[in-house]
Amino acid sequence: MRGGDDMPAAAIEGGVRQSVAHDSAPLHVSGRARYVDDIPVPAGTLEAYIAQSDIAHGRIVRLDLSAVRAAPGVVDVLTARDIPGRNNVGPVLADDPVFADGEVHFMGQPVFAVIARDIAAARAAASRAVIEYERLPAILTVDEALAAKSHVLEPAEMRRGDAASALKAARHRLEGRIYIGGQDHFYLEGQVALAIPGDGGDMLVHSSTQHPSEVQHLVAGVLGLADHAVTVEVRRMGGGFGGKETQPALFAAIAALGAWRTGCAVKLRLDRDDDMIMTGKRHDFRIDYDVGFDDTGRIVALELMQAARCGYSADLSGAIADRAMFHADNAYYLENVHITSYRCRTNTVSNTAFRGFGGPQGMVGMERIIDHIARHLNLDPLTVRRRNFYDRDGRDITPYGMRVRDNVIRSIVDELAERAGYERRRKEIEGFNAASPVIKRGLALTPVKFGISFTTTHLNQAGALLHLYADGSLHLNHGGTEMGQGLFTKVAQIVAEELQVDIGRIRITATNTGKVPNTSATAASSGSDLNGKAAQNAARKIKGRLIDFAARHFGCTAEQVRFLPNRVVAGNHAVSFDELANLAYLARVPLSATGFYRTPKIHYDRKAARGRPFYYFAYGAAISEVEIDTLTGENRVRRVDILHDVGRSLNPALDRGQIEGGFIQGMGWLTMEELCWSDDGRLLTHAPSTYKIPACGDRPDILNIDLLDNENSENAVHRSKAVGEPPLMLAISVLSALNDAVAAANPKAPLLDAPATPERILMTLNDGGGC
Amino acid sequence: MPTVTMTVNGKQVSADIDPRTLLADFIRVNLDLTGTHIGCDTSQCGACTILVNGDAVKSCTMLAVQADGAEVTTIEGLAENGEMHPMQAAFKEHHGLQCGFCTPGMVMSAIDLVKRHPNPDEATIREELDGNICRCTGYHNIVKAVKAAADATGG
Repeated sequence: MRGGDDMPAAAIEGGVRQSVAHDSAPLHVSGRARYVDDIPVPAGTLEAYIAQSDIAHGRIVRLDLSAVRAAPGVVDVLTARDIPGRNNVGPVLADDPVFADGEVHFMGQPVFAVIARDIAAARAAASRAVIEYERLPAILTVDEALAAKSHVLEPAEMRRGDAASALKAARHRLEGRIYIGGQDHFYLEGQVALAIPGDGGDMLVHSSTQHPSEVQHLVAGVLGLADHAVTVEVRRMGGGFGGKETQPALFAAIAALGAWRTGCAVKLRLDRDDDMIMTGKRHDFRIDYDVGFDDTGRIVALELMQAARCGYSADLSGAIADRAMFHADNAYYLENVHITSYRCRTNTVSNTAFRGFGGPQGMVGMERIIDHIARHLNLDPLTVRRRNFYDRDGRDITPYGMRVRDNVIRSIVDELAERAGYERRRKEIEGFNAASPVIKRGLALTPVKFGISFTTTHLNQAGALLHLYADGSLHLNHGGTEMGQGLFTKVAQIVAEELQVDIGRIRITATNTGKVPNTSATAASSGSDLNGKAAQNAARKIKGRLIDFAARHFGCTAEQVRFLPNRVVAGNHAVSFDELANLAYLARVPLSATGFYRTPKIHYDRKAARGRPFYYFAYGAAISEVEIDTLTGENRVRRVDILHDVGRSLNPALDRGQIEGGFIQGMGWLTMEELCWSDDGRLLTHAPSTYKIPACGDRPDILNIDLLDNENSENAVHRSKAVGEPPLMLAISVLSALNDAVAAANPKAPLLDAPATPERILMTLNDGGGC
Repeated sequence: MPTVTMTVNGKQVSADIDPRTLLADFIRVNLDLTGTHIGCDTSQCGACTILVNGDAVKSCTMLAVQADGAEVTTIEGLAENGEMHPMQAAFKEHHGLQCGFCTPGMVMSAIDLVKRHPNPDEATIREELDGNICRCTGYHNIVKAVKAAADATGG
């Protein structure tokens, strides 16, 4: 509430914990929010089209592009030989060529690019290429890769106790396997880059990327330039979800290479089919388990094998497969455990980051094990879950040696079960199922415990840049990127809170490598944690200088200077914040500051698989109730209740948006989004016609979301918690509930693989075999 | 090259164009109205939805020449005298967006929906919006916004 002219406002507009609307909302709803494809281009801007390999593996024995070069409208044709620097956009290893050089490793790999007056001319010209291949055998699936010992990276292990001996001694023992499908990001805005050549060989690239610094570095490498010659800017993305962490570098590099060679601006926008074919997805996994447990369902030993389909190159697969191992426990204490992780190399597109980053697959594996045990012992799966939760009595150390200090699993699950009437509805559903021969219902509650921090420790750093102008307005910049999650809004709220100015006085500006250098990707849910703290640090520097100045100027002590909403009181004097800014400027006080943050306490020894990779954990739990038609396999989610831990929320409206959106995206992954490849390695589901993400009507009939009131026990920004990824895994409850419904129809049916499409549910229902 | 003439956001426009030019491209490239987004290129995601003679149309599935003589409204043409259309205001007010890329198409579809169903219940809204994909929100606030706008316009 604002006061009248002579009544100072009681609070600022847009401080922390307020449900401030997304800063771009007025632009979004009026069509004035500019995405890369909307930026006015310089006259003479050219467009690029990428020609792809149409076999999964082979040697290029002939590449004749003369007809392409001669086609109307063509200005340049780019191949591996035209790259002045490195033919690589691999983020970790140098194994991701811009253009295939001699050999192609997946169907859809870039072979060359056409730069033409417009995209239609470029595409038409590309079709005139003559490419001949010598076909080589292709490895397409995890099973094939495991059999052939085809790996992009060395296998990894994590162990505690003696799983083998404990398994032998266990009262019960079950073996099983689950296949978990991948997922296309389907950000609504596809991959796009606009490269504009500048003065003296400089290159400005507008890229739809979560990782501007990496795009900058890789583009510079391709052009053979130092990083300082390339500037990458991104104001906003039309969705990212991890798909714009490493993937944009390729498209930025090709646009920049075209611009470098032609001297003209070059735009490269993929159409949806090309985007789905050429960009990496969530890793599909096979998980094998051998679990030992007692009569109560408590796990005493687990031997686990996780195999990820990484595609043809490493990309981020090492860290993703690591995170699957870190989350193989989900919320459960595993006394004797041995996890082996295989990073399978296949002749398919290189899989990449996707919200959860391996964590979801690890957790799906664990929840499947719990469901399997429950079915074997004829117990409610929730009972088995409760018997295995991390606790405080010595059962609080993860398989990688980290103590779970902030454990709220049991209280969150109890509270949710109570609120949503789990026990009562369990009985109701039993009654319903007994009376309903065709339609069967299922219910499940699953927990989430998700580790927050990049597990590659050095990435946990961030920078910010804050200017206070003499009129009292502020210009805010930081290394985080905005993809819809509301990061820019949250960071602005943090600065507004620190300086006690209305959020409207803060101009949020595009992420730009020229302003804040060496940034980490906006990923791992860490955007607000890292950039919020860095911006807070910058604001505190300016505030400190203003306090010193005000004390001097008004003749009081620093302790007597107080920042009140939009004004500052110094001893007996009161001035508006704007006035103070101007006075400070006139007194030659520096009003610009950089901020920096590095996450404390974290360390990890990858070799030993021991350490504290996470600053803290975010928790949540969901109850899903589903219904299946046993004649068709069709299903729907009737009701979902979620209780999720966001610490002390920076912005409840934005956090709820993340929880709901994450849940629906996870539900899509586990129930309807199915990636299919042909036997020769062609992606068959490369458009929304065949690849179905949740639509408006797929939303659960009832979806209740509550935020847990739980201050972060670690000193994260304003005691909040990260919220980007964890809610996705709440959707595992849907898969478990579907298993429950299937069992109601056929107790002998095996447990479901993912995605549990109607087809798979129907096949599973009709399969009397064991798990 | 054929000449097309149409009224876009109340203004008459005319251009000589390649006959295969899609209406979406005509709007974005020829008219610089970039609020109409292209998400899937194949008429499924709904990001390019506009109004042609008052009806919602996916503009990537229509040729510009087919709109010759038509009355076209894009997201940029909704505001009147600087005042947002109630549907725009509702999406903003109810957090019916995250990345914003689907928003213009979603708003246009919703306006058409409310025109045909002045008092839509939740089930109607959900069914009607099935042709507009949003990857961020999970749709709850979108449905809420449409309902609020319908109520506000006294449908």
